[in-house]
Amino acid sequence: MKRRHALKLGCAALLGSGGSAGRLFAAPSAGPRFLLVFLRGGYDSTNLLIPYSSGFYYEARPNIAIPRPDPASSTGALALDANWALAPAVRETIGAMYLERQAAFIPFAGTDDLSRSHFETQDSIELGQPTGAARNYRSGFLGRLSMALGGSAPQATSIAFTDALPLAFEGADTVPNLSLKNVGKPPFDARQAGILSGMYADHHLETAVREGLDLRQQVARKIAEEMTAASRSAVNTKGFELEAERMAHLMRDQYRLGFVDVGGWDTHVGEGAAQGPLAANLASLGRGLQVFAQTLGAEWNNTVVVVLSEFGRTFRENGNRGTDHGHGTVYWVLGGAVKGGTVAGEQRTVERAGLLQDRDFPVLNDYRAVLGGLFRSLWGLSAAQCAVVFPQSETRDLKLV
Amino acid sequence: MLWLERVTFGNDAESVAELHRLGRERYLDRQLRGPEQPLPDPVAAELTALAAARPDPVRSLAEVAAEHKSINAMTDGADKERARKALNDQGNRLAYGAIREELLRAAYSPSQLDEQLVWFWLNHFSVHQYKANLRWLVGDYADRAIRPHALGHFKDLVLATLEHPAMLEYLDNNQNAVGHVNENYARELLELHTLGVNGGYTQQDVQQLARVLTGVGINAGNPPQLKREWQSLYLREGAFEFNPARHDFGEKRLLGHTIKGAGFTEVDEAIALIVSRPACAQFISRELARYFVADDPPARLVDRMAKTFARTDGDIAQVVREMFLAPELDAVLGGKFKDPMRFVISSVRFAYDGRTISNTRPMLNWLNGLGEAPFGRATPDGYPLTELAWASSGQMSRRFEIARAIGSGNAGLFDAEDGSSAAGGGFPQLSNRLYFEAVEPFLGARTKDALARANSQQEWNTFLLASPDFNYE
Repeated sequence: MKRRHALKLGCAALLGSGGSAGRLFAAPSAGPRFLLVFLRGGYDSTNLLIPYSSGFYYEARPNIAIPRPDPASSTGALALDANWALAPAVRETIGAMYLERQAAFIPFAGTDDLSRSHFETQDSIELGQPTGAARNYRSGFLGRLSMALGGSAPQATSIAFTDALPLAFEGADTVPNLSLKNVGKPPFDARQAGILSGMYADHHLETAVREGLDLRQQVARKIAEEMTAASRSAVNTKGFELEAERMAHLMRDQYRLGFVDVGGWDTHVGEGAAQGPLAANLASLGRGLQVFAQTLGAEWNNTVVVVLSEFGRTFRENGNRGTDHGHGTVYWVLGGAVKGGTVAGEQRTVERAGLLQDRDFPVLNDYRAVLGGLFRSLWGLSAAQCAVVFPQSETRDLKLV
Repeated sequence: MLWLERVTFGNDAESVAELHRLGRERYLDRQLRGPEQPLPDPVAAELTALAAARPDPVRSLAEVAAEHKSINAMTDGADKERARKALNDQGNRLAYGAIREELLRAAYSPSQLDEQLVWFWLNHFSVHQYKANLRWLVGDYADRAIRPHALGHFKDLVLATLEHPAMLEYLDNNQNAVGHVNENYARELLELHTLGVNGGYTQQDVQQLARVLTGVGINAGNPPQLKREWQSLYLREGAFEFNPARHDFGEKRLLGHTIKGAGFTEVDEAIALIVSRPACAQFISRELARYFVADDPPARLVDRMAKTFARTDGDIAQVVREMFLAPELDAVLGGKFKDPMRFVISSVRFAYDGRTISNTRPMLNWLNGLGEAPFGRATPDGYPLTELAWASSGQMSRRFEIARAIGSGNAGLFDAEDGSSAAGGGFPQLSNRLYFEAVEPFLGARTKDALARANSQQEWNTFLLASPDFNYE
C-alpha cells in the first residue's frame, strides 16, 4: 500500500514538473491508443517467424517445420527478408500488414525470468518489475503507465477485455474490465440499473458498480448495432474476430489503453506445421487483428498493438510432435503509423551453438527495455516517467513508432 | 446473525434456529467437533454415488498412464483423436464430480464451519486440475488429504498434502531426486504453505529442504528393485512412494538445525521443525484471520491466535475458536466482502432454503465467470483472500447478473445433471421467515429503498442478492 502511494505521488510530481516534451504536447487531442495482446501459454514463435535460412531449423523439426518460402506460391510462407519468413496461416492478414509496413516483429524478445513456468513468467511480465526483488502484486506496468499518463485523464482511459482485472493493470486508478467473448442482451434496463447503483451510493464500490453496469449496457448497444450492420455484410465473424471487432468499437470511441488475453498456445502435443492446431489459432488471431484494424478506421493510424507471450518454446520438436516451454520469443508491433516492414532488434544467426542451454532462443531484447522505448516515443515520456513504468530498466528505442 | 454468517457459508433456517437454541459458544463448540450431523438424504445419496464412481489414485494413475501409452502408439488419425477425447472426457467427468461434491457439501452440510475450513485449506494447499493427471486425483485429494484434517492439527494437514500424489505431481516433487534436485515444492512448502514469504528462511533453506524431499514421489506401478540396505527404508502407501534410491542421504542443515541422512524420517523431522517455528504460527493465524475476520486483520488478534497455535501444537480447532470468540471479530461484522464461493453458496442456501438443488453446473458456471472455480487456480498461491481481487467493475456486474439468475428462478438449479429440465422450479420467495428474522433487521436504508421500488418478486429477489448488505458479511 505504501509503495502504491509513493508511485502515485511520484507520477503526480513528474507530470506537474512539465518536464516531458514530445507527443503529449504535439497531439493534445488525447494521444495515441495502445492495445496489449497477451498470448497465454507460450506460443511457438519459431513457427510464426520462421528462420528459413537455417538448416538447423529443418533438422530440429523433422515433422513440424514449415517449408521454405516459394516465390511462385501465394499461399506458402511469406519471405520477409533473407532469413525470416512469416507463417502461411497469417500471410493474408498480418503478412499483408507487413507488406504495407504496418507490422514489425522482434525476435529474441522476452524476459530474464528463466523459470520457464507459465504463471511465474506471465506474472513477472505483467508486473514489469525487476526480477529477483520481492514482487509487489499491486503494481503492474500498464497500471503504472496509466498513472504516468495522468490516471483518469483522457489520454489514460483504460480497459481490460478480461473476466478479472489482469495484474498488468494493478495500481491504476480505476480500470473497468469486461470480457467480450460472450455478451448477450443487457441484463438490466435503465431503471433497474439505476436502482442497483443506488444501493451502492456513497459506498466505496460505487464507481466499480456504476462503471460495470454502464459498460455492460454500452457493449450491449454496440452489439445491437453490429447485428444490424452484420445483416448487410457477407462475412459472419466469430471467436476472436468477433471479440476484436467489439474491442475496436469500444477503443475507437472511448479508451486509450487496452488489454486482452488469448489462450490455447501451450502446444506440447501435435502442434502441426503449415496446417494444424497452431496454424488455426494463429489464423484466427491474425483475422481478429485485421478486423480490429479495419474497425478502427482512421484511428488505426493513431493506434499501436503489441502482441506478446510469456516465453517461446523449445527449438526442437519433442517426442509428441509438439514443443515444450522455452525462453526467447517473438513480439509483434502493429499499427497504421508504425514504421513496420522490418524484423527489428538485436539478432543472431539461428544455429545450434546460438541456443540457450542447447534448448531454446536466448533473450537479446529485454521486454522492459523494448516496451519502455516504445512507450517513451509513443507518449513522449521523460526518462523519469519511464523509470516509473519499468523501474531499474534501460529503454531501447527500436524506432518502430 | 452477522456472526453466524461468518461461521457458515451463509445463514439458513436450520443454522439460525440452532444458534438460538445453543447460544454462540455452544453452537461454536458443536461446529468445532466437525461432522456429527448427517447431510440431507438426497445429498448423502448423491455423495455416496460420487465416491463410488471415483477410482482410487493407484488404479486411475496406472490406467491413465497405460491409456496414454497406447494412444501415443496409435498412428495419427480419427481413431487416435477419438481415444484421446475419450480419455480427456473421463478426466473432466472425474474432476467435475469432485467439484460437485465440494459444492453440495458447502451448501448442505450441517457442519458448516468444517466445510468452510475445507475450502480454506483446499485453497491454502491449492492444486490445479489441469496439470498432468490431476483431474483423476483432485477428488481423492479433497477427501483424504484435506477433509479429515480441516479441524485437526496443522502438522498432520501438511503431511497429508505432502504425501498425496496430487500435490507431489502439481509441484513437481515427483521429479525431485538426488542429482536432479527440483526445488519447486520445497520452495512453496516454505513460502506458501507454512512460513510465509518473509518467514525468516533463506534460499539455502529451500535448497536443503529440497534435498530432504528427494525421493518423495509417486508410483502407481511395480516397486523398484532396491539394494538390500535400502529395502527397509522404502515406503509405499497408495500411489505415494518414498524411494531411497532417489534420496540424498547426505547431512542437511535446515533453519539452523542439522538433519542427519536417514530416509523419510528426515521429512517428519523437517516438517516438525518448520511448523514449530513462530513464523508458521503467525503466518497461518494471519491467513485464517484474513479469510474469516478482515482483509487486514488486527495484529493483536493474530498474536493471540498464534499463541494458541504454539501452545496447542497447531490445533486448528483451538485457533479458530479463539478467532470466532474474539471481540475484534465482533467489531468488524458486516465488513467482509464475500468472495465468489461465499456469494454463490450463500445465495443458494438462502434462496432455496430447505430444498436441495439437483444440478450444480450453474453454480460452477457462476464461479468460473467470477474467477474462483474449485481446483481452477493455476498458480500454487491459491485464490486471493481479500476484496481487491473480486470487486472489479466487470465482476460486480457479473455478480448482479447471477443475482438475477437466482432471483428469477430460471437458473437451472433444479434441472437434472444431464441438462433435461425439470418441472416446477419457479422463482424463490425470498421474503420469507428467514428474511424477516435474519436479514431484514440488518438492512441499510438504501437497500430498503431499492426493495421498495421492485416491480415483482423476482426483481425484489435480485435486488436483495445484489445489495451491499448481502454481498458483505
